[in-house]
Amino acid sequence: MTEPLFLHIAYAALTLFIVFNYGILLMGTTARIRARVQGRIGIPVWQPYIDIIKNNAKRTSVSHGVMFYLGPVFRLAGGIGTLMFIPVIFGSTVFGNFSFAGDVLLVIYFIFFGQLGMALGAGEGGHPYSAIGVSRGLAQMTAFEVPFTLSVIALVVQHGTLSITELVAAQQGGILAWHLFSNPLATAAALIAFLGMTGNNPFSVVTAPQEIPIGPPTEYQSSYMGMLQSNRAIFNGAKLVLYMNLFLGGAGNIFEMVLKTFALYMLTVIVGVSFPRFRPEQSIRFFLKIPAAIGILAVILTAL
Amino acid sequence: METLLSDLESRFGTTEPRQQRADLAFVRCERNRAVDLITHLRDREGYTHLVFFTAVDIIEQGLFRLTYLLHNPELHTDIGVEVDIDREQAEMESIHRLWAQAATYQRELKEMFGIDFPGSPRVDEPFVLESWDDIPPMRREFDTKAYSEHRFVARPGRETHETTEHMKQKLYPEEEA
Amino acid sequence: MSEADDKQQFIPDVEEEEARSTRGKIQLPNADMPIEDEGRFCSARPHVEAPFRGAIEKFLNWARSQSLWVLGFGTGCGAIELRPLMTARFDAYRYGIQGRPTPRQSSVFIIGGYVSLKTLKRIIRSYEQMQNPKFVIGLGSCTINGGMYWDSYNTINRIDNYIPVDVYIAGCMPRPEAILAGFKKLKERIRAGEAEGANEYAEHFDWYKENQKRIVKDWDMPDYNW
Repeated sequence: MTEPLFLHIAYAALTLFIVFNYGILLMGTTARIRARVQGRIGIPVWQPYIDIIKNNAKRTSVSHGVMFYLGPVFRLAGGIGTLMFIPVIFGSTVFGNFSFAGDVLLVIYFIFFGQLGMALGAGEGGHPYSAIGVSRGLAQMTAFEVPFTLSVIALVVQHGTLSITELVAAQQGGILAWHLFSNPLATAAALIAFLGMTGNNPFSVVTAPQEIPIGPPTEYQSSYMGMLQSNRAIFNGAKLVLYMNLFLGGAGNIFEMVLKTFALYMLTVIVGVSFPRFRPEQSIRFFLKIPAAIGILAVILTAL
Repeated sequence: METLLSDLESRFGTTEPRQQRADLAFVRCERNRAVDLITHLRDREGYTHLVFFTAVDIIEQGLFRLTYLLHNPELHTDIGVEVDIDREQAEMESIHRLWAQAATYQRELKEMFGIDFPGSPRVDEPFVLESWDDIPPMRREFDTKAYSEHRFVARPGRETHETTEHMKQKLYPEEEA
Repeated sequence: MSEADDKQQFIPDVEEEEARSTRGKIQLPNADMPIEDEGRFCSARPHVEAPFRGAIEKFLNWARSQSLWVLGFGTGCGAIELRPLMTARFDAYRYGIQGRPTPRQSSVFIIGGYVSLKTLKRIIRSYEQMQNPKFVIGLGSCTINGGMYWDSYNTINRIDNYIPVDVYIAGCMPRPEAILAGFKKLKERIRAGEAEGANEYAEHFDWYKENQKRIVKDWDMPDYNW
């Protein structure tokens, strides 16, 4: 790290800006694709920008206390924290982000941290539906972390390193070096966990639109809502980039990153529109059976 | 159904049996014996389904006519029991012990007509109307137009046209002369 | 016969039902708070929030008109015309009109059809929970002058007296094309800066409250923004 600090901060801000915009355009594009599939015209691709501007331009807002305010802040911190330790473009000084030994565990922690903060904030809101959404969200998250962590452990055992950048470096050298092909069991377990992470059907019971009014963000409005929506874009982008780095070989340039993450996201969207919703106990049981078994098998086979 | 109707007449003294269709008949019963009749129909004749139970305000004769419509799921026939009660002291025995859902019907009748069913659970709670301050609105001496004009503010400038005259003037103005 | 009787006999416990009912027993959460904390709950009056000036407000109004989040509360028969509006044939999503389940997050309240007194209490409560700026569309003739139910004993004739309305759409019920035209009119009004219903409500708050309390005789709600 021989460059001055402000340059690092500038690069980090640039990465954040790019991933934020990418996440928003991704949300808008998939909504439009979904609409076209349903025979409608659909929202314009830049609609999430307008929603965020509109929410921040509300003139009043209602707060229920300090923790209510800190909930979205924690979630945003989780999203940014996840992003900052994943190399968006491998080998680039600008988008290479930070890395140190053990950062894969830190990234897993940040994913969980955001949801915890949101749970505390939503609980302070005092709305019963928020509490229901929060309990479902945390329960489901605990369940899908099992196959995900097992798969990450399998990768770590395979290469003997806990740093994401080194995991990406180990996947260079042709398509067959990707973990998708060199460790397919770990990829399978992690991709199933990814469905739970993105909150699409069949694991969308957390926000459960039309069932409980939106779940945890029920009481959030105005600028809090703007913050939550921005975080959604950043978090989506961060998770996609993480998966791309862990299983699809990282990206050498922006074009490759966009291609790989878009393909990954469309996979979850296609699964999402084809399925109805699981109840929380069904989804927990699902994650703890076959995906966990695949994960354990992956760890055992890799260790041998 | 004729055997059933004549049997009811001999047992409970029902009057005016009318066979409206092959599967629908009405009888009229006295107020004191009505609940016994309904219990007999439910328990022994197989009319186990209460379809509905409502009241008609016959102000000219000074009475409410309650109609209980019962259905027999095996024979697919309906029988309606009509009971006349006095309009001023409107009170009837409750049948919530025969069908639990009758409590809701009775609550509605209490609110809309003012017919009391002593002993029915939650019969005094308002059913549909909130902030109501007048006589029960389904009674025919209640003038809904006057009440609406008195309580609710209308937007000025509303006109009411007699439709036939208005359309005649509009479409055939030369015929007026 | 005794078995049939046992199965069919369900006698609800009158006292238990009475104890569970909350009618007439509502205790407001700020009943015994010190004066400085009271304002966090139900007794804070709304304030007029002055809009920005010039190009900023124009831009923000444009953004507000492009992203209209409708509260998913079907107050009357108008709600049945909102469903085809969201489906593939008329597709209101392309205009930025989305349904939101909670009044905290929505900015447009569609009063669809007649308003009975029972619904009016809920409308007032939902409307006050929405954040400034908020817009109200009156759908159907019943919101304008009572419509088909003008002489009914339970429906109000002018929703204008109780909450401020921005756009009326006449009809009984207006077709989805008419509703889209009404939304277009609402967008024009928002962009021109005329749709300041929330500020109007705050300015004439006493007049609105007096009208509401006069018409709703069993007022058991807090006064604002619960």
